[in-house]
Amino acid sequence: MKQKLRRSMLFVPGSNTGMVCNAFIYKPDTVMFDLEDSVALSEKDSARMMVFHALQHFTYKNIETAVRVNPLNSPFGLLDLEAVIRAGVDIIRLPKTDTVDDVLEMEQEIADIENRLGHGKKTMLLAAIESALGVVNAVDIARCSKRLMGIALGAEDFVRDLHTQRTKEGNELMAARNQILLAARAAKIGAFDSVFSDVKDKEGFMHEVEYIKGLGFDGKSLINPTQIPWLHNAFAPSKKDINWAIEVLEAAKDAKERGLGVISLDGKMVDAPVILRAEWIMDLARASGVLGEDQ
Amino acid sequence: MSKKLETAHAGTLESSDAFVRVIPMDEKGIVIELESSVEEIYGDAIRALILETAKAMNVDGIKLLVQDKGALDYVIKARVQTAILRASGDVKPDWSVLS
Repeated sequence: MKQKLRRSMLFVPGSNTGMVCNAFIYKPDTVMFDLEDSVALSEKDSARMMVFHALQHFTYKNIETAVRVNPLNSPFGLLDLEAVIRAGVDIIRLPKTDTVDDVLEMEQEIADIENRLGHGKKTMLLAAIESALGVVNAVDIARCSKRLMGIALGAEDFVRDLHTQRTKEGNELMAARNQILLAARAAKIGAFDSVFSDVKDKEGFMHEVEYIKGLGFDGKSLINPTQIPWLHNAFAPSKKDINWAIEVLEAAKDAKERGLGVISLDGKMVDAPVILRAEWIMDLARASGVLGEDQ
Repeated sequence: MSKKLETAHAGTLESSDAFVRVIPMDEKGIVIELESSVEEIYGDAIRALILETAKAMNVDGIKLLVQDKGALDYVIKARVQTAILRASGDVKPDWSVLS
């Protein structure tokens, strides 16, 4: 199955009207409205209402949307779910996922609401892992629900749980990143890295992006739109990769036209995963602006 | 909405937002007082939107004071709805009438 590009997931505080109305302009792969940590207790209701309407507005019809809801054990979690599922959100970001039960409980609540609404949409889930317990359970979490499209690292809470703090080198996140990535890949779902908070530090941001891209992450959460083009450029495929992808896809097309069951390129067999990889590179190239949409 | 309303407000005076105050009145009806940075062009449309939003929530006997700072329609709607829900003390809204 073709994978959706999710290099950039832009966090948008649900209480920031300007950002809620304008986030689509910056063209992140996913807009992630936040109803949790960035919203004051006194504004939970107004942020929920704002996001409920934004999700239904035409400006968000052609962009993937996610909402980070409040935990179900808070007074706000179920109210958030009811509003945003009704409004047609694509993904629910489940904060502070420590165990499989956290995911299953959320999955059940989503299913109940969807069944009641009868709108036929199957909302996806993104589990954010933000504790040592969550990292230890990451493999089971990643495999526990068909709704899960990915798992993400929430680094700020995680380092607090480890009794340490974030550094530029990121050694404190090494184990968590590796565990989350392996868990996601074993379950064949997406892996998403945490935010890089210092918006002015482009060099530090790029260093981190190259690192997580090298590990195999699909993308990263962002808190500032400035970082979107930096991130997308870093994920753009090289000319060598694009030329290879074009050759693979041409060989596949040629074999299909000639009715050949086996595809070969330069004497090597080309199988389905290689073709998927080539298509993925072409998608990335188009999304990054390296190739035109019609190429 | 049959509950007795209290004074309440929602929103901010920031650009692209609207600040809405709900004030209960003794007499029936919905009174709208609007200040808008786009009053000349969109004033009538904004008043109609506020009235329609309030009526859909089945409220009566209120004054809505709205200071609009160039908000999109859905922002005005969200602010009016939030202010009315706060005024009624309703924490579990009927989403089907708020779409």
